[in-house]
Amino acid sequence: MSEASRTEFLIATLARLLAGSRRVAVGAQSPIPGSSAFLAQALDLGPRQVTVLGSRRNNDFTEGGRELFDRAAQGRIDAFFLGGGQIDGAANINLVGIGNYPQGKVRFPGSFGSSYLYFLIPRVILFREEHTPRTLVETVDFISAPGTSPANVYRPGGPTALVTGRCVFTFDRDQERFTLTSTHPWSSTQEVRDETGFAFDEPEVIPVTATPDPAMLTMIRGPVRDRIAETYPAFAASLTVV
Amino acid sequence: MTLAIPPEYCGVAMAATRELIRRAKPATCTSSPCPQSGLQADMLIGAGLVATVEAAAVTMGERGPAPRFVAAVRIRRRHHDGRHLPRHPRRPAGFREGPALPPPARYSGHRHVLANRPDWRVIDNPFGSDDPIIALPAIRPDIALFHCEMADAHGNLWIGRRRELATMAHASAATVATVEQIHDGDFFADETLAAGALPAAYIDAIAHVPHGTWPLAMPGFHDADAGALDAYCAAATTPDGFAAWLAKHLSGTGAA
Repeated sequence: MSEASRTEFLIATLARLLAGSRRVAVGAQSPIPGSSAFLAQALDLGPRQVTVLGSRRNNDFTEGGRELFDRAAQGRIDAFFLGGGQIDGAANINLVGIGNYPQGKVRFPGSFGSSYLYFLIPRVILFREEHTPRTLVETVDFISAPGTSPANVYRPGGPTALVTGRCVFTFDRDQERFTLTSTHPWSSTQEVRDETGFAFDEPEVIPVTATPDPAMLTMIRGPVRDRIAETYPAFAASLTVV
Repeated sequence: MTLAIPPEYCGVAMAATRELIRRAKPATCTSSPCPQSGLQADMLIGAGLVATVEAAAVTMGERGPAPRFVAAVRIRRRHHDGRHLPRHPRRPAGFREGPALPPPARYSGHRHVLANRPDWRVIDNPFGSDDPIIALPAIRPDIALFHCEMADAHGNLWIGRRRELATMAHASAATVATVEQIHDGDFFADETLAAGALPAAYIDAIAHVPHGTWPLAMPGFHDADAGALDAYCAAATTPDGFAAWLAKHLSGTGAA
């Protein structure tokens, strides 16, 4: 079996972070998170139910897209993924654009449901493959959704981790800071320091992110690929075939 | 005029959209994708029909940014964001007529969105204390436009579990739909079909337009036309490319 591609590596890394989450939802434009949820379910890591927005077969909503939001508010979704054109050290995410809105330089698609779901789903995993000072910034230009809230705000949900193309961070909501948890095999702590625009904590020993084992790769290249193809055909076509 | 349009995973009335572009006057429309859009909003924007977009997002999905949307933002047309700021938990507020009920929200954290939404209000939860929440006014589109599976002879639509379409119709002053099929019968004579029906009371006009979502997918009928969408994304990166693409498709030579 060929080695894991970086995409497969990221799918496996996200899947491990879903351990113990029984009900996982996946939003728009999320082929790698969606694949990771299917992988976690296939390997019995925790998810019993995976709902992919926009899917027909992997979606049990009968009340339309708003059911995602109602279920989140009712505590019926345990884990979700969000990204960001920019993410800062306080886990604020920007899905709107670069510069001073509305006269910005670069326009992103929009905030989607981020500012709602970030507040309500207990385990929100941030995922942004591009890990550079332009994506991981000290302060985002526009807050689509804030990483933390004052104590008087009703907020059972929020960020727990940030996975990038170089490393895994965990987020401490009390400290409002990320901690570097592991670096991917092709990266290093020094590279992460150089390419991250915000300050973060570093433990003394920083392990290498675990490589996907053969069972994971078999799943990704077979059943996971087939399931994600319904919603993300171009992405599925880019995955290795067994 | 405000037009409500569905997300691409529901039925998007693309044939009707091309007809709208043939006939409409420039910049007369507020487009309210519910909650997000792609090709349809991008075409309407590119054709100059849209003055304002109020949406959670406009994107071509796997194909990247929506080119005419991004270009329109660049020339500083007015676009809103953040329709999905929190609403009240345990309450299906949607955007139906009626009070937009309060969400849990952090005033300071949402300052960028709120600074651009003077119509949204931060209030204290009337059922709690020291519980800041955001109240949103309901939106009332003039017309909801979508494509769905079936219509029957009584003017009822069958939307199955695509309940976004019902929410759009409930909220809008009028609803115009195109359909794949005409059902010979009455949805309300069959409880199984009735469960997925949208009553004629909400519907103002129906047209039978098979493949009416092309080049987008119609779930249960056909997939998206990937080649046509790739061609759009390539062409629409420039105003001239978009104009040429539009001319070809409005003349009918580009349609399947």
